[in-house]
Amino acid sequence: MTHVTMTVNGRPVSGDVEGRTLLVQFLREHLGLTGTHVGCDTTQCGACVVHMDGRSVKSCTVLAASAEGASVTTIEGLANGETLHPMQEAFRKHHGLQCGYCTPGMIMAAVDIVRRHGNALDEKTVRHELEGNLCRCTGYHNIVEAVLAVAKDAPAPAHTGA
Amino acid sequence: MYATNYLRPKSLAEAASMFADAGDAAYVSGGHTLLPAMKGRLAAPANLIDLRHLPELKGVSADAGRVTIGAGTSHAEVAANPTVKAHLPVLAGLAGSIGDIHVRHMGTIGGSVANNDPAADYPSALLALDAIVTTDRRDIPVADYLAGLYTTTLEEGEIVTKVSFAVPQSCGYAKFRNPASRYAMAASFVARFADGVRIGITGCGDEGAFRWNEAEAALSARFAEDAIDGLALDPGRMMGDIHGSSEYRAHLAKVMTRRAVTNQGMVLIQP
Repeated sequence: MTHVTMTVNGRPVSGDVEGRTLLVQFLREHLGLTGTHVGCDTTQCGACVVHMDGRSVKSCTVLAASAEGASVTTIEGLANGETLHPMQEAFRKHHGLQCGYCTPGMIMAAVDIVRRHGNALDEKTVRHELEGNLCRCTGYHNIVEAVLAVAKDAPAPAHTGA
Repeated sequence: MYATNYLRPKSLAEAASMFADAGDAAYVSGGHTLLPAMKGRLAAPANLIDLRHLPELKGVSADAGRVTIGAGTSHAEVAANPTVKAHLPVLAGLAGSIGDIHVRHMGTIGGSVANNDPAADYPSALLALDAIVTTDRRDIPVADYLAGLYTTTLEEGEIVTKVSFAVPQSCGYAKFRNPASRYAMAASFVARFADGVRIGITGCGDEGAFRWNEAEAALSARFAEDAIDGLALDPGRMMGDIHGSSEYRAHLAKVMTRRAVTNQGMVLIQP
C-alpha cells in the first residue's frame, strides 16, 4: 500500500491505496466523490475527466499514487455553494445534457477548453476539442452551444495551450 | 489490472537503481499506453517506476539547427511550446494531433518514443527529422533506434531522457486516422534538407515506422507531388486488418506523402 496525500476541491485529503488504484477509484470509492463517472475505462469516452494541477485528464488512466501532491478538481468542486459554475449554468440553460452520464466529464473538459481558448473559441474548435468526450445520447449540439455561451464572456486566450 | 508496486524516484539515477533492484519492473511516464495495457492484462509488471515527476526529463531547447525536447514533456506541452512552434511548427502540430486533449495532457514524447507503437505519430518525425534519442547511457541515432513493432534498441532499464530533431528547410505531415481509434492508418512526414528529402511513414508498416527510400530519391531529384507517381509501396510490407487491407494502406501512405509534399509547412489530419 502507498499513502497518498493530495488536494481535492481545495481540501487536503489522504488515504492508503494500492499501486494499481486509479485516481477515479480513489475519488469515487475512497472519498465518495461519485460525480466523476467511469464510462469506458479505456481512456476514450471522457466521462472521468477531472482537472489535475489545472489540466484536464482522464482519471481512469492516472494512478492515484502518481497524483501524490497534486491539486485535483472534480465536478463537485466547481460550484460555489448554491451558485453553479458558469459552465454548469450554461449546460442547464442550453439543455446540454440528456441522460447526464457524460455531463461531469463534458463540463470539466469544457472548462479546460475555455481556459485555454478564452473568447477566441468558435464552433469548429469546440467540436474538435471535445473529441475526447463521448455523449451516448449524441446530444452534442446543445453541449457546443453551452460551451460557446460561456466562451463569449470569457477573457482572452491564456496562450498556454497546455 | 493485476497488483503492482508503485515507486516514485526523485532522480534519474534513483530510477535506474530502482529498476536494477526491482527485478520485474516497468517505467511509467504519462501511462497512457501502459495503464490501458495493464488493464487489459497485456502487461503486468510487478513494479512501476514513475518517471513523470523527474525534473531531469523536462525542458525544450533549440541550438545548432536542432530542437531538443525532454522525454517527460507532454504532447500538449510540445504542441504549445514557443520554441517548438518557432523552429518546428509541424512537429508542434503533430504533437497536437495525438489522441485528444486529455490524453495529450498526460502522454509524453519519451513514453511514445520508448514504446514505438507502429501507429504512433512521433516515429515518423524521428525518421524524417534525423532524430537522436538520448538516454541515461548514450546517444542513439534514429537509424540505430527503431527496431520493429513496439521494439527499440533500448537496453533493459535504459531511460530515454530527451529527443533531438534536425530543423529542415521545410517539412509537412499528413495523417489519415482510423475514425474510431484516431490512430494513424497511414501518415507521412516529409522533410526537405539541403542534402535531400527524408520521409517517415507510420501507421501502416508491418515492422513499424519506416523511411520510404525510393520516394526520398525521387523527391530529392524533383520536389513535386507527381515525382512519386510511378512509385508504389509493397503491400507485402504493410499491415492489414478489418480497418484497411495492406493494399489500401500502401496506397494511402502514398496519398499522404503526396499531400505532405504539396502542403509543406502544414499538418493535415483526416478525417
